[in-house]
Amino acid sequence: MAGLARLELSPEEVETYTAQLGSILAHADDIAGLDLGGLEPMAHPFDIENVFRPDTVTPSLERDELLSQAPDVERNRFKVGRILGEAP
Amino acid sequence: MTESASKIASDVRSGARTAASTVKESLDAIAARDAELHAFLYVDDLGARAAAIVVDAAIEAGRDPGPLAGVPLALKDNLCVRGVATTCGSKILNGWKPPYTATVIERLVAAGAIPIGKTNLDEFAMGSSTENSAFGPSRNPHDTSKVPGGSSGGSAVAVAAGYVPVSLGSDTGGSIRQPAAFCGLVGYKPTYGHVSRYGLVAFSSSLDQIGPFANTVGDAALISTVICGHDPADSTSLRDGYPDLMGALERGVAGLRVGLCSDLLDGADDEIVAQVRAAAQVLEAAGAEIIDIAIPELRLGLSAYYLLAPAEASSNLARYDGVRFGLRVERDDVAAMNVATRTAGFGAEVKRRIMLGTYALSAGYYDAYYGQAQKTRRLITNALDNAYASVDVLLGATTPTTAFGFGDKVADPMSMYLSDLFTIPTNLAGHPAISVPFGVGATGMPIGVQILAPGRKDDLLFQVGAVLEKGAPA
Amino acid sequence: MNGYETIIGLEVHCELKTATKLFCGCPNMFGDEPNTNCCPVCVGLPGSLPVLNERAVEFAIRIGLALNCEVRWSNFHRKNYFYPDMPKDFQISQYDLPLNSNGTLELPDGTVIGITRAHMEEDTGKSTHLGGSGRIHGADSSLIDYNRSGVPLVEIVSEPDMRSGAQARAYVAELRAILVAVGATDGRMEEGSMRVDANVSVRKPGEPFGTRCEIKNLNSLRSLQRAIEFEALRQVDALESGERIIQETRHWDEQAGRTGSMRSKEEANDYRYFPEPDLVPLAPSDAWIEQIRSALPALPKERRARLLALVDKSDSATIDLVATVVDRELDDLVIEAVASGAPAQLAVTRAANELDAGGVLPSTASFAATCQMEAAGALSATQAKAVLAALVDEPNADPKELASRLGFEQLSEDSLGATIEEVIGANADEWSRYVGGDDKLAQFFIGKVMAATKGKANGKAVIAELQARRN
Ligand SMILES: [Zn+2]
Repeated sequence: MAGLARLELSPEEVETYTAQLGSILAHADDIAGLDLGGLEPMAHPFDIENVFRPDTVTPSLERDELLSQAPDVERNRFKVGRILGEAP
Repeated sequence: MTESASKIASDVRSGARTAASTVKESLDAIAARDAELHAFLYVDDLGARAAAIVVDAAIEAGRDPGPLAGVPLALKDNLCVRGVATTCGSKILNGWKPPYTATVIERLVAAGAIPIGKTNLDEFAMGSSTENSAFGPSRNPHDTSKVPGGSSGGSAVAVAAGYVPVSLGSDTGGSIRQPAAFCGLVGYKPTYGHVSRYGLVAFSSSLDQIGPFANTVGDAALISTVICGHDPADSTSLRDGYPDLMGALERGVAGLRVGLCSDLLDGADDEIVAQVRAAAQVLEAAGAEIIDIAIPELRLGLSAYYLLAPAEASSNLARYDGVRFGLRVERDDVAAMNVATRTAGFGAEVKRRIMLGTYALSAGYYDAYYGQAQKTRRLITNALDNAYASVDVLLGATTPTTAFGFGDKVADPMSMYLSDLFTIPTNLAGHPAISVPFGVGATGMPIGVQILAPGRKDDLLFQVGAVLEKGAPA
Repeated sequence: MNGYETIIGLEVHCELKTATKLFCGCPNMFGDEPNTNCCPVCVGLPGSLPVLNERAVEFAIRIGLALNCEVRWSNFHRKNYFYPDMPKDFQISQYDLPLNSNGTLELPDGTVIGITRAHMEEDTGKSTHLGGSGRIHGADSSLIDYNRSGVPLVEIVSEPDMRSGAQARAYVAELRAILVAVGATDGRMEEGSMRVDANVSVRKPGEPFGTRCEIKNLNSLRSLQRAIEFEALRQVDALESGERIIQETRHWDEQAGRTGSMRSKEEANDYRYFPEPDLVPLAPSDAWIEQIRSALPALPKERRARLLALVDKSDSATIDLVATVVDRELDDLVIEAVASGAPAQLAVTRAANELDAGGVLPSTASFAATCQMEAAGALSATQAKAVLAALVDEPNADPKELASRLGFEQLSEDSLGATIEEVIGANADEWSRYVGGDDKLAQFFIGKVMAATKGKANGKAVIAELQARRN
């Protein structure tokens, strides 16, 4: 799970988190056992639909301002180390 | 600063006082006491003084700077202001200066308000005490051995300590109302979609909502009138149906049906239950009808919340990867750099929630956890809608206890999470709620009572809140 | 193939031709200075929020309707994975409720390919790899440009209904023609505005589907077909030598002409899809869908049918010519030219072979007049082609005038007759054999007459004269 979240945990942390997550998930047993078959899962508080913007150009950022916050830049691009593996 | 925001604004607009002197007063108060209380992570001394000059110049030129003219304002440090470092209480942002400003802040500045600085919070708004801030906790001005509550603790302290009359927080599961109750303030979570989230660093997108802290219900209404409104930059922003909050202040509660909700009381300390009942009596005396009501589904909110919010957070916080902004811990390859950066940059609670959320969404567990939590969210919302068929508003406690001491709940996350029990259901439903100070407990710590209303009926909160404010114990 | 058949399903990503990106107002533009078409939304800065581009939705619906899909209530999901060209470390895509599903695409030969879905999603940024060969493997570091990040895509997923590389190629060609016809994309495969991934497996007919491999990096119709043919043979060879096929992603190497394994992922993917909380559902109304449907232009299939009806032939050479004309969007010109008197077969042939769709086209009147002159024998085929080429510089010129300027003065019937008489006189033996029924000698006489007239004689007129004298 830590790998999927790109986190590294020490053995002690694994132990603590495992116990803590266990107790949180145990609390969640109160809903895990409910029969909620007929209910529509709720992703949004309100049932609004179809929110659009028009296809018109708005100003982009000044590149210098954008790149000024980057940890590493080369040739006006964000620089990173070696990428292992292609995008999925 | 003892004056209300509305008094300051009317004095500045009439020329009875200047924005510059108001800002100076605010900065002086911060300088005098904030080393101890630690409400602020950053005080924008120069920026605030410059903004005050602009407001005063407008007045002098005969222009009206707006309904919040010269009102000093504190901002939770998960709100973006262009060019001002935003930390979210985390090491991972590492001095990041956003290249843009949040919609709410643009609205406030356009109304003449003056941002004074950025306030402390639990890292990424995850927590109930500010103890999860990477920069150390804030202290409760009523008793500095106590937490101010969280996650918007710094913004609560900034008002409670008299630095500023109003401030902004964000409320995902109670992060405005709980610190408001702990610090003796009015804290309001608007209907989801009433305040634009554009420029609020997301914790849990479908639950987050920006709202104010104020000393009075009237000030909360005043600032909310400015920050509420449709924003095309936020797809979840509601287009219409914004009630008149200022007009609600004098409306009274005669004939209003108030549901005294046992599921917003059971488990609270006796002294808190007693104050909620006293509040009910105040309302009854003012002509409201008090109806006892049980909504047992609300009890399930905690579990649903602690699956949904971490799930969304695990995804929202993926972008802190060391590539485009913020902290980077250099490693040979990008994946290792991501891991090293996130491991060094995030604190324990954030990691815990990312892990929990990743787990809740992962293959094989989605239906049992995330899916079931989404259905529970519907169940709770339906139960609230059902209750609102027989009552107009619900009344209960904001928190089960008054402000607790530092370290009391750090070791056991579940005990910390339980302090959100009464505030969570409204976030799940997207409904509005307000916490209004009402009396104090045995140790002299403030107590808050909570009013809940159906979605888009935020005016009812101000109607009831104004009556409670007048009837609160001295 | 040793009795195996190839099973192919394709995933085609198509960039939509909107003015702005899918969720922000940054320009949707190629080739600009790096990181200049970027804003908080498309670089995934904290606090930014997406808002859906209405025109992108309209384009996606056009695609769905053109592919006979059901267009339905849908929503967006987050597909969570870490990758540096993906600024939020999740991609906003559609998951179990795509906008378009259950469609079909009919190939020119009538074969129907099922369309599983055509959903909307956002594109990623672009990485340049430094050091090594410039490829991702062996590079020391990478540079990222987010101009492409957030560009609207529609991913069109076919059923595994194709059975050969050639058929897959025909599918992509037809799909591309449809997407271009509805105005949703410019369809430039080489520039990456259309990207194809192929899922390939092999089986003995009647057996269940074999294990499939996904081939990436197919950026032309030619490489698509070659890659599939290579991969199918590779899999058959592997199975025949007793190996098992491993489900994996493979990379097409155009130079080497082979697919290679890309397995270097250090972790299994679990995308943890969940509904994007920052966007609301997309529920196109019936009225909107019908409005888009009624505004759809004629699709390639319909346009080909229209031309074939004009030509009134259905041999495979004519079908190919008609397909070329439609593919190059020359069908309107041909139809108008035919309406003003040009013979259909000739107009189609000349349009398919002589006109440059990307360049300057002759006016309808000039094109029609040239075809008419050729049909009437006033221009030889060679001369007609030369006139059409000259019309590129002067699209509205009178072909008669051009012909005379080019020195194509028409041989009068009398002088042609005299030349033919001379040729017959000089080749009496051949002539008597021709008159005796040796038709192959027509060619001989045409050649002689052409040589004598330095190519100015019209072939048809020569044949007519020869026929007249033979009888
Ligand atoms: Zn953008």
